[in-house]
Amino acid sequence: MSKMSGSEAILECLKREGVDTMFGLPGGVLLPLYDAIYDSDIRHILVRHEQAAAHAADGYARATGRVGVCLATSGPGATNLVTGIATAYMDSAPIVAMTGQVTTELLGRDAFQEADITGITIPVTKHSYLARNASDLPRMFREAFYIARTGRPGPVLIDLPRDVTVNELEFEYPEIDLPGYNPVKKVHKLQIRKAAQAIMGAERPVIYVGGGVKYSDAHEELFELATKANAPVTTTLMGIGCFPEDHPLSLGMLGMHGTKYANYAIQESDLIVAVGARFDDRVTGKIASFAPSAKIVHIDVDPAEIGKNVRVDIPVVGDAKVTLKELAGELSPKPWANWNEKITNWKEGYPLGCAKPDSGPTIKPQFVMEKIYELCPDAVIVTEVGQNQMWAAQFFTHKYPRRFISSGGLGTMGYGFPAAIGAKMGRPDLEVFDIAGDGSFQMNIQELATAVLNDIPVKVIIFNNGVLGMVRQWQTLFYNERYSNTTLDKVPDFVKVAEAYGALGLRATKPSEVEPVLKEAIQSDKPTVVDMVISPDEKVSPMVPAGASLSEILELEG
Amino acid sequence: MRALKYTIAIIVENKPRVLMRIANLFSRRGFNIDSLVVGATDNLDYSRMTISVDGDEIVLEQVTKQLNKLINVIRVSKLDPDVSVERELAIIKVNAKMESRNEIMQIVSVFRAKVIDVSPNSIIVEVTGSENKVEAMVRLLRQFGIKEMARTGKVSMARGSRVMKV
Repeated sequence: MSKMSGSEAILECLKREGVDTMFGLPGGVLLPLYDAIYDSDIRHILVRHEQAAAHAADGYARATGRVGVCLATSGPGATNLVTGIATAYMDSAPIVAMTGQVTTELLGRDAFQEADITGITIPVTKHSYLARNASDLPRMFREAFYIARTGRPGPVLIDLPRDVTVNELEFEYPEIDLPGYNPVKKVHKLQIRKAAQAIMGAERPVIYVGGGVKYSDAHEELFELATKANAPVTTTLMGIGCFPEDHPLSLGMLGMHGTKYANYAIQESDLIVAVGARFDDRVTGKIASFAPSAKIVHIDVDPAEIGKNVRVDIPVVGDAKVTLKELAGELSPKPWANWNEKITNWKEGYPLGCAKPDSGPTIKPQFVMEKIYELCPDAVIVTEVGQNQMWAAQFFTHKYPRRFISSGGLGTMGYGFPAAIGAKMGRPDLEVFDIAGDGSFQMNIQELATAVLNDIPVKVIIFNNGVLGMVRQWQTLFYNERYSNTTLDKVPDFVKVAEAYGALGLRATKPSEVEPVLKEAIQSDKPTVVDMVISPDEKVSPMVPAGASLSEILELEG
Repeated sequence: MRALKYTIAIIVENKPRVLMRIANLFSRRGFNIDSLVVGATDNLDYSRMTISVDGDEIVLEQVTKQLNKLINVIRVSKLDPDVSVERELAIIKVNAKMESRNEIMQIVSVFRAKVIDVSPNSIIVEVTGSENKVEAMVRLLRQFGIKEMARTGKVSMARGSRVMKV
């Protein structure tokens, strides 16, 4: 045991947890901790807004599988993290958020820059701590990292009063002792056998894959199960990349903007095997008419997800990797069947819309995504939220897990760019794109400074339609083209903004410019912003209107 | 499915904000709390909560699962009213002029309640029992004029050898 200050202990804990990168912004109460960070080996990326620190930690976590770490000062610094923490919570991303806090003596007296951040974040954290003594720190940090990354991952917050970071403690890293936290490790054999029997007996099975497969690194086990059973696989937005989309068994994404064939397959199936997915309303459409003739096997590490939104015939509580492996072991190979033929016919009959060639007057975003795939098939695709997100999901052929990163549950505009910065810090070996809209990008545009000054060469592709495109699409379809407050009018000039920050700014206004501009962006070793000018009338298609059944999927002209 | 009242017993760690986490979970997920009681257990590190919930069995199932997800929650147990004992205590300050005092004392005696304070114009009655018994007592005392009342809410425990402990 050795004596050290609270701040030194925090950095020692981070080191022991394998943290190499953190994202943050200092403030008054964090001065002691930042003073210790000055001497630390851990790379601290200074952001321009705390929300970006949380998103960057989240992007780092999703890209690498490690716990992301962010840090903000008390009061407004802490509350600025909240959107990022909520985003991570909804998508089960493992992050540890540290916040400064006023000294313990002042707690509860409305001191300068005091906010009850543990109270504020209770609904959006897996757990949280308020450190009252320096000697609490090692236990809290050890538990926080353990809770964040095990079971169903999620954000954990540690609130650090100033005096706690200054006071001395005898450092000892304790063993985990959490009697109320027992993430499932073993799987119920009988349930596995029941699920296997259901798969063997099914004529029209569909495997429905969510983010749980990604977080438990179960893509190989999934592949084995699917190919052994010849069962088609559809993924949620969170599950994208867990099954290679160029495989004959792939149905792509399902739900509101899923493929027609994924939605038709769900509606006609007699068995749905849901793995690490939560039957979200954007996935199921009208719940009463979801998969009307299917039995449902639901595999999830979080028992509370089973039976929350749909009735389940065979619940299997367990980690996706372990469960899928055991399940595949129980199966004997099934032949390619009529069901597979039917799906192949659907795939040929209802291909995903309108990727137009590089002629015509305006740039098609679908074509741009296909071009990015052609030029950079291994890239990490991070997205903002809205039309850009759906085009990125639909028209890039996703083949690898952890390379499609998007705010699904909370749908946070402004997530993509800082998350891309985090992803690039975690995966410097891969090209990282932020697929953006002009609306979303402006929500964290200030992080251009972070990317430029820290030399983080992410490539931002802005589908610039001058409008809040997804909301406008709904106004077109359901509000008689009354475009209330969705016009952004192509302000600012993104090329000039990029240049003002010291990034590379590029622009394409016609289809013939797409490929050369993308190539220039990919070759650039600087953060690069591409202003890709598209029509405001471009739509995301197909679409299941909100509240409609998946069978009522519409093809939209755009 | 029938809408019913269910009783859940929870053992929680004695840590800051545990009550807030539980109350937040109920309000966020739209579960109605009918009564909530917190008290010590025989182990100082843990408290026991008894919560009465409104809802059907699906709600009860979700409540139980969501409670189990909280790190500070150690045990959650659904208590079937048919095989558990339930008690609530109420103290009631009731108008008791000389002319009505006798009648009140008779009610107190029938309910095996106690008088724990007497003053010229009022008395305080203490009653213990099932929720129904307390309700019945309150109904009868109302005719004399209840000046003030405090109820503990319900605590509950399974009958027989079944034990809920850390």
